[in-house]
Amino acid sequence: MSELLKLSACQMRQGLISGDFSSTELTQAHLDQITRTNSQLNSFLKVTEESALELAKNADQLLKKSGDMSPPLTGIPIAVKDMLLTKDVTTTCASRILENFIPPYDATAVKLVKDAGAVILGKTNLDEFAMGSSNENSAFGPVRNPWDLDRVPGGSSGGSAASLASGQAPLALGTDTGGSIRQPASFTGTCGLKPTYGRVSRYGAVAFASSLDQIGPMARCIQDLALLLSAIAGYDPKDSTSLNVEVPDYLKSLDSAQILAKSGLRIGIPREYFEVGIAPDIEKPIRSAIAKLESLGATLVDISLPTSRHALAVYYILAPAEASSNLARYDGVRYGHRATNPQNLSDMYERTRQEGFGDEVKRRILIGNYVLSTGYYDAYYRKAQQVRTLIIEDFSKAFSSDCDIIVAPAAPTTAFKLGEKTVCPMEMYLADIFTIPVNLAGLPALSLPCGRDRNGLPVGLQMIAPPLKETTLLQAAYLLEQELTFPSTHCI
Amino acid sequence: MTHYEAVIGLEVHAQLSTKSKLFASSSTESGAPANTHTDPVTLGLPGCLPVLNRQVVDYAIKLGLATNCKIRRHSTFERKHYFYPDLPKGYQISQYAEPLCEHGYLDVLLDQESFRVGITRIHLEEDAGKSIHLDHDQSSIVDLNRAGVPLVEIVSEPDIRTSLQAGAYMRELRKIVRYLGVCDGNMEQGSLRCDANVSVRPVGESKLGTKVEIKNLNSFRFVEKALDFEIARQIEVLQHGGEIVQETRLWDEAKSATKSMRSKEMAEDYRYFPDPDLPPLVVETDWIDRIAQDLPELPSQVEKRFVLDYGIEPSVAQALASERAYVDYLEEVAESISNYTLIANWMNTLLFALLNRQNIEFADLGISPQNFAELLKLIESDTISGAIGKKVFEEMFTSGESASQIVKRQGLEQISDTGELQAAIEEVIASSEEQVQQWKDGKEKVWSFFVGQVMKKTKGKANPQVVNQLLRELLDKE
Repeated sequence: MSELLKLSACQMRQGLISGDFSSTELTQAHLDQITRTNSQLNSFLKVTEESALELAKNADQLLKKSGDMSPPLTGIPIAVKDMLLTKDVTTTCASRILENFIPPYDATAVKLVKDAGAVILGKTNLDEFAMGSSNENSAFGPVRNPWDLDRVPGGSSGGSAASLASGQAPLALGTDTGGSIRQPASFTGTCGLKPTYGRVSRYGAVAFASSLDQIGPMARCIQDLALLLSAIAGYDPKDSTSLNVEVPDYLKSLDSAQILAKSGLRIGIPREYFEVGIAPDIEKPIRSAIAKLESLGATLVDISLPTSRHALAVYYILAPAEASSNLARYDGVRYGHRATNPQNLSDMYERTRQEGFGDEVKRRILIGNYVLSTGYYDAYYRKAQQVRTLIIEDFSKAFSSDCDIIVAPAAPTTAFKLGEKTVCPMEMYLADIFTIPVNLAGLPALSLPCGRDRNGLPVGLQMIAPPLKETTLLQAAYLLEQELTFPSTHCI
Repeated sequence: MTHYEAVIGLEVHAQLSTKSKLFASSSTESGAPANTHTDPVTLGLPGCLPVLNRQVVDYAIKLGLATNCKIRRHSTFERKHYFYPDLPKGYQISQYAEPLCEHGYLDVLLDQESFRVGITRIHLEEDAGKSIHLDHDQSSIVDLNRAGVPLVEIVSEPDIRTSLQAGAYMRELRKIVRYLGVCDGNMEQGSLRCDANVSVRPVGESKLGTKVEIKNLNSFRFVEKALDFEIARQIEVLQHGGEIVQETRLWDEAKSATKSMRSKEMAEDYRYFPDPDLPPLVVETDWIDRIAQDLPELPSQVEKRFVLDYGIEPSVAQALASERAYVDYLEEVAESISNYTLIANWMNTLLFALLNRQNIEFADLGISPQNFAELLKLIESDTISGAIGKKVFEEMFTSGESASQIVKRQGLEQISDTGELQAAIEEVIASSEEQVQQWKDGKEKVWSFFVGQVMKKTKGKANPQVVNQLLRELLDKE
């Protein structure tokens, strides 16, 4: 594997500016790695080789002309989850119903990374419509974990996570609705951040659950997360839920991370997140990481988030409800798959959606319609929204009086084997038990690798911050990362 | 025999005439080629998001204030789900639990008597696209130009009792939306639509009967005719001991009857829930105040002013107040000549008659208020007679010249000179022995003959009052 593939994006930036290598070389190296490894991993659904090399060529010209004045991602390769619209490049959401859908516009986040000069390598695989925790729900085959090809990379941003861990790309965009960035990051030993709800525009991100979805950066180190987050964060008038708040220079803020520890960073340890059955293999590296933070000057505070135990139930009412609504547009009328030779309108609708959607998607649409239907709305949807308020209040109270950051495991297990949890959907749903409360509360959170289990599989530590405190989050993670040694990629 | 009364409520949808759609940037202009006023939001593409067009809220608040509604400080948008090809997202963004305006009323005049209709609510919602069914081909095509166009739904209390009241209410609503400039009120083209809910009950009964919804009422006449038919139908059913089925019926103009729509297997469950893509709409008092300040005078206020301040006859006042454009025209004319009753009467007869005869819109009249004022001044000052004035007006329309130009060119000044007129009358009398004899014999009817002859002799320019006076004098002398 080329040495270039082991660099972080920040190192690539330096190298490109210094002229150590060109973007064309860099891009070609990554394309070669994809060619070498994609049939095993199935992480990329589409590789846009021609346009990538074209972009790399333009990047090289720009770098020659402007050097370090060029936009921050100039010439750096990036993978984009196939849940984000890319103009003129198929966007499938890993579903048959959008198998040949070619969008006429870019998602705002995609446009921003293009404007920042990044070289898009292609679209990565995911659980269909982002519904899943293992990337086994894709209509185009599962993704495999570079650490162990018999195991899942996590989901739903499995393709993006696997591409990072295998050196296919240094940066990736993912989406996170119930943990879909953080959990695969933890399964693949990479880093992933879900921003505060509204921090990054959702325009052009195919909607799964509108009040929970966020696009976020994925990378192999904290500095890279900061670099990518700066590029995509910001107000977008095309998204009515977008926050009109200035974007700090996240990368620069890492320089003052040390100050954070010295100034008495308080770390909340939520007891409910450690009472649940976590494998001892997970708890050990997490406790050890927490101890490291303490040794750096942080104070540990025992906190309680009692309503979190209802979070899974709340999520599996609200997310399917919103999904059933957001997926109503896939009816075969204007775009996407349409059943052939329909007998009448009903037949067209029924067969189109029957043929186009996978089982998990259908399952969630059915649940969603049920909880929104007359007679059940109050008992399910409204009740779930009310409990959601309590979950938000739990976090709010903890942050306002007790702590600056909350840490917890990112997932209750390490990467499980393919097929291990697909028999019973509930078992799969439990994979997100630590990440879901965060989406319900709209908080920023990240996962970074903090150790390995007895099989050598990565364990991820989750950090959660108050709304719009991505800076604190990244600084705390950066501090910890400096103390841990972890290989940045797993070669296959 | 039991006497029944009808209980009617109307649901009116008005298309708001903002430039762009409710949540999308495409144009709302009608008449464009199919599917050209589209964008990702209108098409319901994956990843699109709605953004509220605040001008729509301005328009809705205007309408709410004009109908005495309370404007909610906090209202929400909800998704209403059903599947149909002209509904791109598979749901319509509407308002359900928290509409923008509530608890208003409209005072309506019918035959000079006022009745009040409560307005339960006014809310915002998106229009759907248009489906066109092609019989020859057993297929349908969809035009999404109209999808996402802003609508207000105005729901009345069931305070209406007769079809004529319903018609009067609709006409008043149409007047108001046109006055406010929020909707062009065109029922034929569908920018104003009406569904009626009607039930009957024995007079004196306070409980409501089973209501029937009637759709496809795209003119005031259809509203009135459909209600008449349906009320009679329901009464007949009940008188024969039957029961009213709660259903939706369509007005069939060809058969002059309402008929039952093909019943659906199941009632729709719209699965309403608050749209998570849109924050709640917060309308602070200063927003409302700004709109209230700029609210134009309403038709009923104009009518009142015309009658009380200007002494214009009520039915004439109503005709003139029926369109903002007429009022503006009248006020402009009044800047040059302050005789309001004269202006009102001449507009009401001369101007409207011309529009009817020529079958043109008021906007295409082509006679400026200043020119009209000049004509009226000539009539008021007796420079020309009323009869001549009518002819001059026609000439003004066809030639585009001003009144004074035409009068001068054709020498139409009224002859009021007693000497000249006396001479003309004497000539007529001299050459009409037979009629003079008839007059002496007491035949009053022959008067008009003499007047006619004098007018002929003077080419219509004789001043009628002077003629009347002199003619009587001279005839009496005979």
